[in-house]
Amino acid sequence: MAKCLDMSVELCGVKLDNPVIPASGTFGFGREHNDFYDINILGSISIKGTTREARFGNPTPRIAECRAGLINSVGLQNPGVDAVVAQELPRLRKIFRKPIIANISGFSIDEYVECCSKIDKEEQVAIIEVNVSCPNVHNGGMSFGTQPEMAAEVTRAVKAVTMKPVFVKLSPNVTDIVAIAKACEEAGADGICLINTLLGMRIDIKRRRPVIANKMGGFSGPAVFPVAVRMVYQVAKACNIPVMGCGGVESAEDVIEMMMAGATAVQVGAANLKNPYACKQIIEDLPVVMEQLGIERLSDIIGIVE
Amino acid sequence: MYKKGIYKVVANAPLTRDVYRMVLEGNTQWIIRPGQFVNIELDGLYLRRPISICDWDEHTITIIYKVVGRGTEQMSKMSVGKELDVLTGLGNGFNAEAECSEALLVGGGVGVPPLYRLAKELLAQGKKVSVVLGFNTAAEVFYAEEFRQLGAEVYVSTADGSVGVKGFVTDAIRESGVTFDYFYACGPLPMLKALCDNCTQRGELSFEERMGCGFGACMGCSCKTLTGNKRICKEGPVMRREEIIW
Repeated sequence: MAKCLDMSVELCGVKLDNPVIPASGTFGFGREHNDFYDINILGSISIKGTTREARFGNPTPRIAECRAGLINSVGLQNPGVDAVVAQELPRLRKIFRKPIIANISGFSIDEYVECCSKIDKEEQVAIIEVNVSCPNVHNGGMSFGTQPEMAAEVTRAVKAVTMKPVFVKLSPNVTDIVAIAKACEEAGADGICLINTLLGMRIDIKRRRPVIANKMGGFSGPAVFPVAVRMVYQVAKACNIPVMGCGGVESAEDVIEMMMAGATAVQVGAANLKNPYACKQIIEDLPVVMEQLGIERLSDIIGIVE
Repeated sequence: MYKKGIYKVVANAPLTRDVYRMVLEGNTQWIIRPGQFVNIELDGLYLRRPISICDWDEHTITIIYKVVGRGTEQMSKMSVGKELDVLTGLGNGFNAEAECSEALLVGGGVGVPPLYRLAKELLAQGKKVSVVLGFNTAAEVFYAEEFRQLGAEVYVSTADGSVGVKGFVTDAIRESGVTFDYFYACGPLPMLKALCDNCTQRGELSFEERMGCGFGACMGCSCKTLTGNKRICKEGPVMRREEIIW
């Protein structure tokens, strides 16, 4: 390589070696993918969505095949915030040396606050990602993320109990994404993460019933990429806080496209399930694609599209 | 441990009208126990398709699959030489070292294949192995002869009585008077439940579920057990009888 290419980015003072972050819920707490490759190559990790109490989640089937993607209806299965702090984070620390992103969900403002104040004490956590957009649990956040006032209220309440940067993860299942993002920004959010999954449904035509036990679930995969790019673009243009782009990213080119739309860092979700090496492949391909496109510093292209 | 690799189809032929046997050539070092599975990437389909491993050696993996949808239909049309992207060594598999002297292996339909390698390993340890295979009708029967050739005692049941004992595997177990002190089972959920309702011996059972990743990351295939939440793809697909919640 002729020049020294710089893939690093900075999110609210948190410096990442590269912008590639596995999205919450597609990477567990890192162990499974670490059996395939050394996950320390990643920019960071957004850990499995955590709630106050342990949750089993939804009945199975929870997964449905789609054209260019999948529907999941896991329903925030997780061991609860205390077990995450006591067991999962120490285990993750042994295999991943970099700062991580903790993804928090809740069913009430109190729950968000309690989880975030517990996570706030964890040195390993650099950023709190507040999920107000899970489509798979009743009131499990998505109602907070579909109304600007509610999103703002969660943001304010969480900001009051943590010094860590707070990114609010938004749902695409809304009419006006900009209004919600701006409400979060005004309420003190340090950044926005988008998009979560699109509410979707498949029907088994032989059995004449939904494929998913819960009928509907969150649709993700490459099919949603253009929707994600559009929303990242709109929000990045309208807000003055950094955006983590997420939705259908599968390649180094997708990462660059998302960054040109306005993303400072890029999350990779469904691709981790189809190809366990997806993030590794993207990180290895990035310098090659940067060179082809004449990009020396990746951070130079953030929001470059007018 | 599990890994991803490229595998070449070296055989692919029907055993019955809609059940096929495929042999894949490639690295098999990640497969360590009978009852594990592979997860195969297919053209134009987003999710991989999990298929149980029937047998393996140093260079090949044998799988047996039933055509039930677009994925398995595509597989049935593959020619020798086709290369596939496959995750191998997935799942925990059967414990062939479980303490027992007379093992009963119970398979229903496409639940039969993983029992083949298990029978081999149990017989190699000098254990007595009886096999009960359940199908709907005579035309669907496969691998009964292969199990006999290994040296297992084989009983077949068919729902319509066209061959073997008329009825279900539980009828064949009762009528044959087969003795056993441990069982291994793989097949449809009603069969597994009927088996557990009708026998008191210790044993282990292999379960099915729709999977996202197949290696434990997505929590798509979770189930509750008496020993906590388990992922069918990771802690399963095989579970001990005493941990199952029916």
